[in-house]
Amino acid sequence: MTVIAATAPLIEADGLYKSFGDTAAVRGVSLTVRPGEAYGLVGADGAGKTTLMRLLVGALRMDAGHARIDGHDVVTDTERARSRLGYLAQRFSMYGDLTVAENVRFFGASRGVSGDELARRSAYLLQFVGLAGVEDRLAGVLSGGMKQKLGLACALLHQPHVVLLDEPTGGLDPLTRQDFWQLIIRLLADGVAVLVSTPYMDEAVRCTRLGFLHEGTVLREGAPRELTEPLDGRILELVAAPRRTVQAVVRADPDVEDVAAFGERYHVRVRAAAGPLERLPRALAAAGASFTALRTIAPALEDAFIALLAEGRSDRRHGIEL
Amino acid sequence: MFNPRLRAVIRKEFIQIVRDPRTLVLTFAMPVVQLFLLGYAATNDVRNIDLAVVDRDRTAQSRALVASYQAADYFRVRFDADSEAELRDLVDRGRARAGLIIPPGYGRRIVAGETAGVVFVIDGSDPTVASTALAAAQLTGQAEATELTVERLARRGAAAAAMAGPAIDVRTQVWYNPDLVSAYYMVPALIGLILQFLTIILTATAIVRERERGTIEQLIVTPIRPWELVVGKLTPYVVIAFIDMVEILVAGVLLFGVPINGSLPLLLVLAGLFLVTTLGIGLFISTISSTQQEATITAIFFNLPSIFLSGFFFPLAAMPPFLQLLSYAIPLRYFLIIVRGIVLKGVGAAALWPEIVALTVFAVVIMGAAALRFHKRLD
Ligand SMILES: Nc1ncnc2c1ncn2[C@@H]1O[C@H](COP(=O)(O)OP(=O)(O)OP(=O)(O)O)[C@@H](O)[C@H]1O
Ligand SMILES: [Mg+2]
Repeated sequence: MTVIAATAPLIEADGLYKSFGDTAAVRGVSLTVRPGEAYGLVGADGAGKTTLMRLLVGALRMDAGHARIDGHDVVTDTERARSRLGYLAQRFSMYGDLTVAENVRFFGASRGVSGDELARRSAYLLQFVGLAGVEDRLAGVLSGGMKQKLGLACALLHQPHVVLLDEPTGGLDPLTRQDFWQLIIRLLADGVAVLVSTPYMDEAVRCTRLGFLHEGTVLREGAPRELTEPLDGRILELVAAPRRTVQAVVRADPDVEDVAAFGERYHVRVRAAAGPLERLPRALAAAGASFTALRTIAPALEDAFIALLAEGRSDRRHGIEL
Repeated sequence: MFNPRLRAVIRKEFIQIVRDPRTLVLTFAMPVVQLFLLGYAATNDVRNIDLAVVDRDRTAQSRALVASYQAADYFRVRFDADSEAELRDLVDRGRARAGLIIPPGYGRRIVAGETAGVVFVIDGSDPTVASTALAAAQLTGQAEATELTVERLARRGAAAAAMAGPAIDVRTQVWYNPDLVSAYYMVPALIGLILQFLTIILTATAIVRERERGTIEQLIVTPIRPWELVVGKLTPYVVIAFIDMVEILVAGVLLFGVPINGSLPLLLVLAGLFLVTTLGIGLFISTISSTQQEATITAIFFNLPSIFLSGFFFPLAAMPPFLQLLSYAIPLRYFLIIVRGIVLKGVGAAALWPEIVALTVFAVVIMGAAALRFHKRLD
């Protein structure tokens, strides 16, 4: 792969807006991704991740704002911008009735990669994504993970400087997800700018920078560590049962801000750890709950995201009261 | 060679067509099936066929039969001929398209309750008129016969009437084109109909399929230009359309003996012009449909009226003035005149220029409008 030397931003979005009728899907999103950076878009279903990606590749027309890919405006210089990027859509969008090789050949030729160069690139990429040996299989009968890998291979044929991946690991098994991230990391090493959306927080942690997307706006942006830092020392992990009693007792504590259940474990967000660490075991025992463990843990991205959403909600409540 | 992006789209489209054997079979079987159905079973609604009557019986019964033909508005009794020779002369000169010969003794046989025979002759040179006249002559005769049978039943009882057999036996004779090959008339027209049906439905669904299956999202992001996408996707269907056209012509010649009197190259060129309009319509439909089903239904809704308004079944002259006016908006109308003119009459471009001009205007307007509406975007 070619190594990209420049450090100018490869993806620039500035105040993007997009509505569908009454639904405002993207509401004023700005972001910048530089070479070698993986920008993770994290957000719940319907947060606007796909819409944002589609705006950036020129598949949807923005209502307001500007976006540039490798310096080319996606609205006024669409085809030039597109020639610089590779895009893996959330929905499988290769041709199911074409074989793997035929798909590669079509998308290569459509991007001006043909002949010897195509043969070399396609051999390299199919090896790279682990599809060597299934070139003659119809794309429609590949497994979910193989389909995604084919999509990635096709998106990389023309050695794009910018790669947009919309939930590339959606629905894949943990092992294949791991493979996929190895591929992304190798792209970053070559200086490619990657914009990747994911609903999985454990994946998001691997990104250079993250944007929490909620109802079409980026609530907060930063390196994973920056996002969790404000919560250092404020997340307690509690193992106790039964759920109803645990939640009632924990919420009653004056220093507790929130409690979220992860299976039989609870993440308790507190203003300060000392008080609850001392009070909660006793309170739980008094209420008749079975208490197993309580300790301070390093905050996870989930905790940061939940805290952010809660902040947003209380702000809005506040606004109504005013 | 030429534009690699265009070549990539054409190649991909051909592979996809070949991988869809059901559509492929339909595409090549449909013309022949249609040819059989229409060539053998075409019925046409033609009215007021000029009829000459040779009434050599001149009884109340024979006059009743003539009146019943007059009453059915398929026929207009224009001549009262004295002899079969005079009738032949009238038909020869095209003044009458059909003749009814009532032999002497017809009235007596009816009264006696026997089967009375009459002869109905039809000028077969225009099979559309002739096939209608043939059916109408027999139907009208049957209706009159049924009426007579009912009368007999009333008078003499069921058993006797049943034994006597039908009251009137209409013997039909077709002059000039005795096999009534409406195929002569239908085969060329079928070329127009098949070209239109096939290209509109196939192009509309081929483009919408990309949207329905989600492949459009990847296609949009490639630097393939919109015109390359349109031309690339339409090219295979042009090829198919021309193969179908040749197939219909060959089947028409081999199975129905249709003579091709005019210039084949001219026909191919003008068919190409017609295809620009139908492909444009298909492309337009694809821009307003989001599923293949929607596209197919829209295409059918467009195709059906154009069959009736183009003069495919009914001669334009036989339609009410309002519909005749409407027919000018149907591109198929012009192509049918062109294809029938070239194949049947052997006329050249000089005689067809109004149709050629009209089709050119349609081609430019429709393809232009469709191309303007066609965007490489999801919204
Ligand atoms: N073509 C469309 N027409 C109408 N509404 C749309 C369209 N596309 C998206 N939306 C709406 O815009 C909002 C954002 O959708 P989007 O697909 O961008 O979310 P997402 O973050 O990608 O969600 P997911 O994680 O489920 O893929 C949703 O409310 C959705 O219903
Ligand atoms: Mg999405």
